[in-house]
Amino acid sequence: MIKFVLMVNRQGQTRLSRYYQPVALRRRAALEADVVRGCLYRKKDQCSFVEYKDFKLVYRHYASLYIVVGITESENELSVYELVHNFVEVLDKYFSRVSELDIMFNMDKVHLILDEMIQNGHVVETSRTRILAPLSALDTLALS
Amino acid sequence: MPAVSKGDGMRGLAVFISDIRNCKSKEAEIKRINKELANIRSKFKGDKALDGYSKKKYVCKLLFIFLLGHDIDFGHMEAVNLLSSNKYTEKQIGYLFISVLVNSNSELIRLINNAIKNDLSSRNPTFMCLALHCIANVGSREMAEAFAGEIPRILVAGDTMDSVKQSAALCLLRLYKTSPDLVLMGEWTSRVVHLLNDQHMGVVTAAISLITCLSQKNPDEFKTCVSLAVSRLSRIVSSASTDLQDYTYYFVPAPWLSCKLLRLLQCYPPPEDGAVKGRLVECLETILNKAQEPPKSKKVQHSNAKNAILFEAISLIIHYDSEPNLLVRACNQLGQFLQHRETNLRYLALESMCTLASSEFSHEAVKTHIETVINALKTERDVSVRQRAADLLYAMCDRSNAKQIVAEMLSYLETADYSIREEMVLKVAILAEKYAVDYSWYVDTILNLIRIAGDYVSEEVWYRVIQIVINRDDVQGYAAKTVFEALQAPACHENMVKVGGYILGEFGNLIAGDPRSSPLVQFNLLHSKFHLCSVPTRALLLSAYIKFINLFPETKATIQEVLRSDSQIRNSDVELQQRAVEYLKLSSIASTDVLATVLEEMPPFPERESSILAKLKKKKGPGAVPVTELEDGKREGGELNGGGDRGPDSSAMATSNASTPSPSADLLGLRSAAPVSAAPTSTGSLLVDVFSESGSGAPSAGVNDDGFLRDLEQPTETSDTLLVEAPGDSDSAPPSTASEDPAPPLPEADELLNKFVCKNNGVLFENQLLQIGIKSEYRQNLGRMYLFYGNKTSVQFASFSTTVSCPGELQSHILPLLPLNVQTKPVEPLVEGGAQVQQVLNIECITDFSEAPLLNIKFRYGGALQNLTLKLPVTINKFFQPTEMASHDFFQRWKQLSQPQQEAQKIFKANHGMDTEVLKAKLLGLGTALLENVDPNPENYVCAGVIQTKSQQVGCLLRLEPNAQAQMYRLTLRSSKDTVSKRLCDLLAEQF
Repeated sequence: MIKFVLMVNRQGQTRLSRYYQPVALRRRAALEADVVRGCLYRKKDQCSFVEYKDFKLVYRHYASLYIVVGITESENELSVYELVHNFVEVLDKYFSRVSELDIMFNMDKVHLILDEMIQNGHVVETSRTRILAPLSALDTLALS
Repeated sequence: MPAVSKGDGMRGLAVFISDIRNCKSKEAEIKRINKELANIRSKFKGDKALDGYSKKKYVCKLLFIFLLGHDIDFGHMEAVNLLSSNKYTEKQIGYLFISVLVNSNSELIRLINNAIKNDLSSRNPTFMCLALHCIANVGSREMAEAFAGEIPRILVAGDTMDSVKQSAALCLLRLYKTSPDLVLMGEWTSRVVHLLNDQHMGVVTAAISLITCLSQKNPDEFKTCVSLAVSRLSRIVSSASTDLQDYTYYFVPAPWLSCKLLRLLQCYPPPEDGAVKGRLVECLETILNKAQEPPKSKKVQHSNAKNAILFEAISLIIHYDSEPNLLVRACNQLGQFLQHRETNLRYLALESMCTLASSEFSHEAVKTHIETVINALKTERDVSVRQRAADLLYAMCDRSNAKQIVAEMLSYLETADYSIREEMVLKVAILAEKYAVDYSWYVDTILNLIRIAGDYVSEEVWYRVIQIVINRDDVQGYAAKTVFEALQAPACHENMVKVGGYILGEFGNLIAGDPRSSPLVQFNLLHSKFHLCSVPTRALLLSAYIKFINLFPETKATIQEVLRSDSQIRNSDVELQQRAVEYLKLSSIASTDVLATVLEEMPPFPERESSILAKLKKKKGPGAVPVTELEDGKREGGELNGGGDRGPDSSAMATSNASTPSPSADLLGLRSAAPVSAAPTSTGSLLVDVFSESGSGAPSAGVNDDGFLRDLEQPTETSDTLLVEAPGDSDSAPPSTASEDPAPPLPEADELLNKFVCKNNGVLFENQLLQIGIKSEYRQNLGRMYLFYGNKTSVQFASFSTTVSCPGELQSHILPLLPLNVQTKPVEPLVEGGAQVQQVLNIECITDFSEAPLLNIKFRYGGALQNLTLKLPVTINKFFQPTEMASHDFFQRWKQLSQPQQEAQKIFKANHGMDTEVLKAKLLGLGTALLENVDPNPENYVCAGVIQTKSQQVGCLLRLEPNAQAQMYRLTLRSSKDTVSKRLCDLLAEQF
């Protein structure tokens, strides 16, 4: 299963975090710092899967943002790698060219999108249209 | 899509976030956050009722602050209020806050449950989803109790919206994981399985996670999912790339769902039904075929999605391990990936091939890629990929390619990353041993290993090479010669000196004929390293020297000179000094015959599982076998015979069949707990062994005045013994020993028990007849204890029997329940002279207890019945699980346990030194977590742990305040149970 999803910028600041297994706040900071250290300084030709303690990190790098997903053995690395991309594409579609600022200022919406895709550490929906359906409904409501 | 403005309406939030972004320093950020927290706090506390919008805004700010890594200890109530809002956005923020910030034991759960109940019955699908999602995230017991009955109904109801079904599936999965007893699938099973047939791909995607988990737990009940999964997979695999519309990702139909279906099938053996199996094989072939087709898109997303499915299909093929054709195809496919330009694919291919190597059908096919893999080991730029390559080489190794692989691994070791060296060393050592046809090759390999990566060669590795050399006489001469040559290097690793000292001490005579390696040359070579070595190695070398005196009488004078020098005989290290004195004395008083008997060649070691393998198993990584339950218990190894501090070479005193000192106990993989019924024993002092073995004639006159040798006297000669069990006429024994009833516990039983409160291994008891060693491991409320009874005499013990009983106090409980359940098997009734027998106790802690169980031992020695009772060192703290917590939590819990009976306190004088490290070690040995930076006074120690018993868990907090000036301590224990606080306090007061 998926243990957590992190969005971190190049400076190592967490922009979004979602944990699917309870992690104490104190350990969270340490974990995030550790994960950032583990992924940010890797070169392009290095592998996107990093063994970390008893689980693996799958990370993907977009412009100024890194998305890091912690997974257990029961997940398929490549499929999680593409899940990250699917997530980014959904964000991109919704925010029309998503940027780090969009994510900071619309934390609630990003969470909503992520929650449509991953619940409780498992993939629930992969169709972009259906992921965005609740948000679209909401926006139509707000406009009317 | 609507254009989205920053902050979308919540201006205050946007301003706050901008402020944070503009902060130039961490201090400025913290200042801004504290200001905002104060503001929000005053708004929440203010008289004016806040409208939904404001509440939402502030809760959102709190969420943002939490994300930045600050603890949020208020606002929960406002978030709960938002749950009952009718506005979706407000409700969503409320739920989000609760999902992220509320842990499962919050007091607010009841209020949250009410809100969830309302939303679930609202029939508004978006509200229902939010509520279900919240249950899935929090997943507490109380929530399970409230909703576990309802959710399956929502999941399978015909009129439930698809999105609600998806959330319900994941919600049920969470409840099943946290409270399986409350989720009764029975009647729903078949309908849940049939969700695999649901028209809606999203529902299938969500349901399959649930079904996979349920199948793992109850494979039989969910067996029908196999055929459904196969047909679903088949439909996806054979669909055109546009059929599935939005579920097609870069021309790949439903990649995530396909992976999950293939994963689900890995919970089961190959389908028995021929038609189903045929269809599945067809699917797998199609997937393999597609990998060879030209890509439908140049985008990397396309190939990644396709390959995700391919790797999962290969996993399934390997899992089945029954289709040679598919296995070989899988292997060829992975072989292609090994040379792919994408690092990710190379990594995954190496990993996957590693499991393939163990299949008999594909082992040969995997081996054909050896050159590519060796190349990967040399050229990959990413350490994790190189590590996989090393793993694969290890997995594909067999007799045919062992020499090549070991050579490559050795040469890689010279430049290998520090993080993986130790594991590499173990692997090389195992392969070298496993596939050695010619043992001189083995010896060369291990010595090379020490030369190249000496620091990473653990004790197990060099013990093992010695063990093998001792057991195989055809390699002994070669080993002596090679190690002699290796020692010529001006700087050689200390491990090399250890092996050298041991081997030359045993087999130096085999090369002594050559004047270039004459006895004196050998000795001088060893001794030239002596001063650079650590104490344990020096101790080992001293033993080698005494062996030299035996092997080569011509070296006696030189060696005695060395032993006699002040740097030896007055060495500040007690162990070295004792050895020097004892060996010097031994060499001067014992006749050549006695010396030869005492220092006879080591007998062969019994064949056991290699301890190196056991060590590797504990390291993670492919090729590793799951660790057996207790193997990774709290404490490792532990010197069994109390001789631990004697250094790794007590075995050097190779008497004909005495002495199984601690290191060789490890060497033999004693951890695997093979019964050592007639294994030789070792006792505390070397010389006891020496002389009891060398016959009763040994203790000669002129010895008794030497303080060190007092132990030499035969037991029967000690008239002034303090020990009641002293052999002799039965009338000299106290009355209790004559009786068949268990004797009352020894007066020192409590004292002996106290020695084990903070440690698990050691010598529990020793007198002139018997030594009892203990090794124990605990996990949660279970423990296993190994008792080693060593017969120190040369006479057989007859009618040897042991009984373990729980004391009377325990039986006087109202319920006829013993707090400890101890199970064991009887030991062999005869214990030969010098032998050691082992007994295993399995211990289960049912509830907390104060009195330790009693161990009664009875046996006949020379006709007299020996009867003694000890307290087994099973104390309540053995069942501690350490708990880490922050200062804030600690003091909160400390306050919660403020009733007078929950606390026990003692003020006492320090019995031992007040050294910080010693104190820490003891507190850790206690089993609790030692919490740093919790107590405002850094001199104090605080610990936390939970005592695990079968009936309940008792949380305990401890605070130890030393007063160095007064040499006093104040110890305070708080726990939810008064008896536990008191008992722990009593036990601990004796420890410091």
